[in-house]
Amino acid sequence: MSRFDTLTPVLTDNWDADRSWTLASYEDRGGYAAVRTALGMAPADVVEAVKASNLRGRGGAGFPTGMKWGFIPQDNPKPKYLVVNADESEPGTCKDVPLMMASPHTLVEGVIIASYAIRASHAFIYVRGEVLHVVRRLQRAVQEAYLAGHLGTDIHGSGYSLELTVHAGAGAYICGEETALLDSLEGRRGQPRLRPPFPAVAGLYASPTVINNVESIASVPSIIARGAEWFASMGTEKSKGFGIFSLSGHVANPGQFEAPLGITLRELIDLAGGMREGHELKFWTPGGSSTPILTAEHLDVPLDFEGVAGAGSMLGTRALQLFDETTCVVRAVLRWTEFYKHESCGKCTPCREGTWWLVQTLANLEQGKGQESDLDLLDDVCDNILGRSFCALGDGATSPITSSIQYFREEYLAHLTHGGCPFDREASTVFARQEVPA
Amino acid sequence: MTASDGASRIPGIDDGTNAAAVSTTAETSEPLDAATYAELREIGARYPQARSGLLPMLHLVQSVEGRVTSRGIEACAEILGISAAEVSGVATFYTMYKRRPVGDYHVGVCTNTLCAVMGGDLIFERLKEHLDVGNDETTDDGAITLEHVECNAACDYAPVMTVNWEFMDNMTPDSACALVDRLRAGEPVSSTRGPRLVTWRQAERVLAGFPDDLADEGPSAGPSSLVGLQIAREREWTAEARPDGDDDSAAEATAEQVDPASSGAAEGSHEAEEIEDDAAVAASDADVKHEDNPDNPGGDDK
Ligand SMILES: Cc1cc2nc3c(=O)[nH]c(=O)nc-3n(C[C@H](O)[C@H](O)[C@H](O)COP(=O)(O)O)c2cc1C
Ligand code: SF4
Ligand code: FES
Repeated sequence: MSRFDTLTPVLTDNWDADRSWTLASYEDRGGYAAVRTALGMAPADVVEAVKASNLRGRGGAGFPTGMKWGFIPQDNPKPKYLVVNADESEPGTCKDVPLMMASPHTLVEGVIIASYAIRASHAFIYVRGEVLHVVRRLQRAVQEAYLAGHLGTDIHGSGYSLELTVHAGAGAYICGEETALLDSLEGRRGQPRLRPPFPAVAGLYASPTVINNVESIASVPSIIARGAEWFASMGTEKSKGFGIFSLSGHVANPGQFEAPLGITLRELIDLAGGMREGHELKFWTPGGSSTPILTAEHLDVPLDFEGVAGAGSMLGTRALQLFDETTCVVRAVLRWTEFYKHESCGKCTPCREGTWWLVQTLANLEQGKGQESDLDLLDDVCDNILGRSFCALGDGATSPITSSIQYFREEYLAHLTHGGCPFDREASTVFARQEVPA
Repeated sequence: MTASDGASRIPGIDDGTNAAAVSTTAETSEPLDAATYAELREIGARYPQARSGLLPMLHLVQSVEGRVTSRGIEACAEILGISAAEVSGVATFYTMYKRRPVGDYHVGVCTNTLCAVMGGDLIFERLKEHLDVGNDETTDDGAITLEHVECNAACDYAPVMTVNWEFMDNMTPDSACALVDRLRAGEPVSSTRGPRLVTWRQAERVLAGFPDDLADEGPSAGPSSLVGLQIAREREWTAEARPDGDDDSAAEATAEQVDPASSGAAEGSHEAEEIEDDAAVAASDADVKHEDNPDNPGGDDK
């Protein structure tokens, strides 16, 4: 057995290097050595290594990455594709964007290894369009990788060839859902597809396709370079390896913290210098707005897939949005719900109509115009969306509502007795006048 | 269909000689110029199937036209062999495509929950008043289009704004007003994590896959992105496995044990003292954060 430090910089390790985004800086630190190693292995052995590492998808659902690659039918004569999901739009999630900004080559190197493993000849990075400088850094990294012979025909004399295209999206949260992403990448409206067939069988252009999150793919070079065993010895029993934990909100020093899975929020808040001066944690999301909120009772929940599920939520994208006692939970939930309503692609009725009703009902409550029975109505509508909608966006829309009613029913009711929101919006801002604690 | 020669596929090989002429934003029945047609085709050729290029093609249309125009839609439809209605149906699905003319600077204010709570709502309200425009409207001088945007994957820099999709981190109502004033006055403004701002049309060209050579501008990462890494550096934490029984780290491990019974997140645990130094370092970072922003005059109430 071995143990690891509290923070374990791997993906973030070169973010403080001079011109870390350049090929020269990346290669100075041993970058692209893993590509050479992988190209010397049989593709199936690369898949086996990733299986052995127990890497689980970092895009939210936690599906085992190696297993996903193994589903690609190699007897299928069609071309195979790798698509990197760089749409990062789940509210609170802010790990892939700084990764691609600081070290795009980590992702490009991962793309080459993953594509080789599944024998893809063309890979795509689908990056959300609203992050211009990230798009620039990706474009440059891909260009540099071509010129260095890491991409293109007959990479390093291996006989393996790969094209990599950076593709900018155009603003639609639903395009992060993997099948909607494929439709969008085919030049269509981004609406989810019926499954089966799964993308592994019929994905992009109805060909076998692997879709992985940025952080999943970026973790691959380290697995090849340092060994599956090293990766698998980190983390907890069923949640192996490390991940980037993003702390935002009312914490003294918000930011990115790369740690083995299983670290607790208490540890992370301590590292971040505590909650902001004079305030305490009220509620938080463990993995973005689609994961049910938790409270200060849950500070010691191990942040791994099983631990957070055991607390009634989901690890999701490790997007830890922290709110202190100055924040109105009803206002927070209403805003998220407006987001889901706006982003609902409209394909299925429970989500399209349901999110509309949820916003109406919540807005009334927030303005103190509703009645207590509206809380049951909310639960009812959520019940009709959860599990009945076509994709997970609908399910996600219900998470903040049902969990906030569970933990903060009284606060909803206070809006009714108060005839509106009892909170001062100014007090929750970063530029609020500092009250001197007595 | 996949085959095409390597060199022309290398993104970034764009000498700009065939940069499209900038047309007026008024609807005209004239088709788009030949250079733009050529570039639209070039986008399609990057993909195994040209239709995959539609999103970047529409970005290019916006960079040439200042918005998605009818003739831009026609051009895409003609090149891809699909109907204009189909192209239109795609264009209306995505929020970055605009049917009304966009100003030189598209100013976004994140009002998703985290940013809204941290001040985004107040920033957006102040800007509407300051610019005398509503959401998704453009100032009379055509300089600024104001829009509230959804979470832009920068929550650790809340409240977050964007200008032409470049990050403006850690904003306040005052710094937001100062920012738009400078933009309207034509003064140079830089992104907090990127280059000097280009115009919205130039930005759209990059999104269409024609790089502008500004990739090397700006830092590797902003201060918040590095908070955890700096702590790891100070404490000499790495991702190396430590053999069990290593004295140093064993002591450290005990110190890391947090007393779950203690109340409050940072207070109360016996670890609090140990981290005080680092927290102070980091906290001083946080103090200067607003001043780090070149567009924040630092005059906000704090
Ligand atoms: C509405 C919605 C939005 C999503 N957005 C993203 C996203 O931005 N990035 C991402 O990697 N996965 C996102 N996902 C999850 C993807 O569908 C998919 O599970 C993931 O990309 C698989 O990669 P992984 O196995 O490496 O995690 C989203 C899912 C849904 C339902
Ligand atoms: S759940 Fe919502 S986003 Fe998903 S398919 Fe249905 S309408 Fe579209
Ligand atoms: S909520 Fe504003 S950037 Fe995430």
